[in-house]
Amino acid sequence: MSDLAIRANSLGSLASTIRNIPSATLAVLPDTAKLVFRGRPAAVDVAGRAFGVALPQEACRFSAKGDRAAYWCGPDEWLLQAGGEAPAALFASLDAALAGQSCSLVDVSHRSDAIALSGPEAAYILNHGCPLDLSLRTFPVGMCTRTILGKATIMLSRPAPEIFHIDVGRSFARYVWQLLDEARGEFA
Amino acid sequence: MLLITCPHCGPRAELEFSYGGEAHIARPVDPASLDDDSWAVFLFERSNPRGVHAERWRHLHGCGRFFNVLRDTVSDTIVASYPAGQPRPALSPDGKGTTR
Repeated sequence: MSDLAIRANSLGSLASTIRNIPSATLAVLPDTAKLVFRGRPAAVDVAGRAFGVALPQEACRFSAKGDRAAYWCGPDEWLLQAGGEAPAALFASLDAALAGQSCSLVDVSHRSDAIALSGPEAAYILNHGCPLDLSLRTFPVGMCTRTILGKATIMLSRPAPEIFHIDVGRSFARYVWQLLDEARGEFA
Repeated sequence: MLLITCPHCGPRAELEFSYGGEAHIARPVDPASLDDDSWAVFLFERSNPRGVHAERWRHLHGCGRFFNVLRDTVSDTIVASYPAGQPRPALSPDGKGTTR
């Protein structure tokens, strides 16, 4: 079934008319294959080896290698993300490697869209709707967490000091985009 | 706003959590053997203390896990938080912390 579904990014029309504000740049991230993995410790090791990126054991951290990244979502839950790959093929390869293990693997590639917010004011803009302390001391590079942005739940990660990635459910994506765009208006 | 410490994610704003009622209430093993009064006690009767209260919270917009919190219902002070399934920690003599 998933092969028949047509995937259209929910932010396409908004992104084409975006204002150029260098201190806080908004961009749509390309679609990726996303799987949610949950499992016992034995299955976690197997999943990490099959995926090619060890699943982080430390809370609220992600690890990346090439176009693949594993995000800690909960004590036994990870989001596996692979850029430029077909979700069905990735799912099939992990599913085969995990045969016989106590775990669950779900393809959530169509659930969310991703936004990059970058620039020296990125953390300040996020704090318009996010209660976290986003200083580098408490939210260092390599940290990821689900949190709140305005009225939406987002997956927030920080791949570089001035770059944040926001993964948000499709139905909230336009709302989050417009909220951030309004907040950064003061730097236009 | 309360600052609640999730045992997995650390201190977060109350906004990220949802409340789950009193903690340490075990569902009867065999509900069919209970009479109506005992079932009503399980469903409705709560301790409602003036002071430290053990309650469940869920880190809804975070790791998604349920855990337990000791909160003072008078001052809203959060004394401790601990993972679900662990016994309630004993209070220190001054009531401001736990002995663990």
